[in-house]
Amino acid sequence: MIDMMKTSRRSFLKSATVVGGALLLEFALPTLGPALGGPAGRAQAAAATTGINSFIRIEPDGAVTMTVGQAEMGQGVYSGFAQILADELGAEWSRVSVVSAAPHPDHNNPWLDMQMTGGSMSIRAHYDVLRKAAATAREMLVHAAAEAWGISPDGLSTEAGFVVDAAGDRRFGFGEIAAAAARMAPPAEPRLKDPADFTLIGRRIDRPDLPAKVEGRAVFGVDVTVPGMAYAAVRNAPVKGAAVGSVDRASIDGMPGVIDVVEVPGGIAVVADRWWRAKQAVDALAVTFAETPHDGATTAALMDSLRAAFEASDAALAEEDGDAEAALADATTFVEADYDAPLLAHATMEPMNCTASVGNGSCEVWAPNQSPVSVTAAAAEVAGLEPSQVTVHTTFLGGGFGRRFEPDFVAQAVAASKAVGRPVKLIWTREEDIQHDFYRPAAVARFRAGLDADGNILAWTTRISAPSVMQHVFPGAIENGVDPSNVEGAVELRYAFPARRVDYVMGKTHLDIGFWRSVGHSHNGFFTEGFLDEVAAAAQADPYQFRRRLLAHDARALKVLDAAAEKGDWGAPLPQGRGRGIAFHESFGSLVAQVAEVSIEDGDVRVHRVACAIDCGMAVNPDSIEAQMESAIVYGLTAALRGEITLEEGKVQQSNFHDYELLRMDEMPVVETVIIEGGPPIGGIGEPGTPPIAAAVANAIFAVTGTRIRSLPIRKQNLEV
Amino acid sequence: MISLTVNGTRQDLDIEPETPLLWVLRDEIGLSGTKFGCGAGLCGACTVHVDGVATRACITPVEAVAGSEVTTIEGLSSDLGRKVQQAWLAQQVPQCGYCQPGMIMAATALLAESPRPSDADIDAAMTNLCRCGTYARIRRAIHAAAEA
Ligand code: FES
Ligand code: FES
Repeated sequence: MIDMMKTSRRSFLKSATVVGGALLLEFALPTLGPALGGPAGRAQAAAATTGINSFIRIEPDGAVTMTVGQAEMGQGVYSGFAQILADELGAEWSRVSVVSAAPHPDHNNPWLDMQMTGGSMSIRAHYDVLRKAAATAREMLVHAAAEAWGISPDGLSTEAGFVVDAAGDRRFGFGEIAAAAARMAPPAEPRLKDPADFTLIGRRIDRPDLPAKVEGRAVFGVDVTVPGMAYAAVRNAPVKGAAVGSVDRASIDGMPGVIDVVEVPGGIAVVADRWWRAKQAVDALAVTFAETPHDGATTAALMDSLRAAFEASDAALAEEDGDAEAALADATTFVEADYDAPLLAHATMEPMNCTASVGNGSCEVWAPNQSPVSVTAAAAEVAGLEPSQVTVHTTFLGGGFGRRFEPDFVAQAVAASKAVGRPVKLIWTREEDIQHDFYRPAAVARFRAGLDADGNILAWTTRISAPSVMQHVFPGAIENGVDPSNVEGAVELRYAFPARRVDYVMGKTHLDIGFWRSVGHSHNGFFTEGFLDEVAAAAQADPYQFRRRLLAHDARALKVLDAAAEKGDWGAPLPQGRGRGIAFHESFGSLVAQVAEVSIEDGDVRVHRVACAIDCGMAVNPDSIEAQMESAIVYGLTAALRGEITLEEGKVQQSNFHDYELLRMDEMPVVETVIIEGGPPIGGIGEPGTPPIAAAVANAIFAVTGTRIRSLPIRKQNLEV
Repeated sequence: MISLTVNGTRQDLDIEPETPLLWVLRDEIGLSGTKFGCGAGLCGACTVHVDGVATRACITPVEAVAGSEVTTIEGLSSDLGRKVQQAWLAQQVPQCGYCQPGMIMAATALLAESPRPSDADIDAAMTNLCRCGTYARIRRAIHAAAEA
């Protein structure tokens, strides 16, 4: 029994439907973003418009289901979205559940016009449309109740899953009037709640995905099972891009459970009846890979090629204000330094994996992913199908951090399933995961600054070089030779520099390069805030006060900086051998300042405490913000202290957590977070905590040792107090 | 044939004896709460209890646990285990959640042995990796569970 309502053209409600007594509301989100080009952009343009897409579903018993098109990868987007929707709707929180959406343009990020999870954008980009969607539903429920009671809808409101009349003596459960509400004309401009009346937004709400996660019930990609499925283990080409040469199938003859050996994009896979058997066989398989032009590639050569940019005469201009060269010539004090940061892997705890089932004219894919349209495109291409013939299920992600924006492992699973004619779950080993990443690019920067006799900055210049992030995913984002993802965090600094110039030379590597938590900010936050500390020292100024002077015009930034300094006890006496460092960085719409307290023990750095202040405009869930600050700090600290991917003979040398080490419990600093709600627009929270931490720690090390850290990771340095 | 008890149920398995317990649990018995993170004993995502002792299942051949009692996150039904899970929720520990079954199994084994662990005890026992950086909350949750 389906009762479809024609909707007003001015409303963004596409349809209100009753199925089995449940109210389903489907919305088309208005979009602003330009077409970005590249495979993902093209896939988006071709994305199928099928599948269940209701944002809000109200069951006859009053249960409310929110369909969320953003991937839950630990950042708390399910609870954030549900909080916003439930608050505006007036739903009862305990009756609200969240399900993962099928890919659909209606779930596009309105800023980008594509469905993806990244850029710390989920809440920022969707806040308004989520509220509008929920307000539309609320008004339809209210109108249905008013009609049933034969009264004017004015004065009716919703709370805890009921429509209540003004006097409070009549009420309808949402479920009781859901069917009637579907027949109401949707409001063109629903009235939004007064933020003073919020009951859920801004509160510490328990995340709905956590009970399953502590009981081992949460289904990650690696946990998907499909009837009749086989398993695949992969050996990717050791040098990126090398073609499979000879394969000696006889080398695994008689190994138990083996079903087939399949060439897949990027390498070779063995399909078996169990994953462990597939892995044993792929390890034993005699296979050669063809030579490539990159068989001699090394990290040393890569870094040299990036540093050559310092002498280049054709750098692309990223930002210019005033005449920096003239101002430098006038300076009393001149400071210059070169910085570098290494390649990094994402190392999500859940290795790359995908389950695919290619049938006759169809393909179904289960994948932990951040970009369902890229998954659709990759699956369609390998399966030889149209995107509309591909169904994608986004599972929980055991970490994303930008890695799962790429569908390389999806293409492999689809190829394997197609070859063996049955569903296949393909799982990479940790070794494959670390050696075949889309890496955070290595980057270098040369800074110059000039000071007058009073220690005021007259000019600031930066030359950056790094392999492009955008080139393969969104080439349209590169303008005038500048990849914004390489220079972000080095341009548009809030400091008052009378003259500045930032330019850029695009670097090259045969490795795949990708988005890594906070992207260009991850290295540029370290570079700029490290160098600024050097300039403060040259000016013989306190690093905190020096930054205050440069931000004197910027009340919002000062408040964040002051909050971190206060929380971190800046200036208070410390025991011998301990020091503090401060850093401030803006990214993804949020301002973050951190004060790190460190000591050096046996030449190794110990970070004891990090005070972190964030102004993210407004807080939807303060607990999630604190969690993301803790998380982003550990992520950035791991990189700062230990993270490094190196190349020899074209191959990545690291392979597992013994040589790509992550911080453990015993190295976790105390993190104290101060949240500042500086007002709209909302800022991101997933990434902004990462960029300042390396500099805060490096600056603290300088305070203790007098040694400047200009190269990461810090463990490469011989530190002595 | 290898026999062992998993979450109270006897399992008789006809399988290569060197198969890691992790893959036996996940792919033979269908208990996917125990996770694969590194396959090399380095991350603890695969932590289970073997006769009550926290054990990394990815480097434990199934033949080595023949005749043993294995408990996974799905079978963590002791009062202590529930207390730990409750503390995990109260502190809102998990982010992506992938490492958390292993963390909870490691924490439960620690608390069974040392009901009031110090921070140093926690550092020594909780060597599992969490890429989302939930360590501070795990520490708080272990202390809270100890006091519950
Ligand atoms: S998967 Fe067993 S320790 Fe990492
Ligand atoms: S919660 Fe994501 S790895 Fe620990």
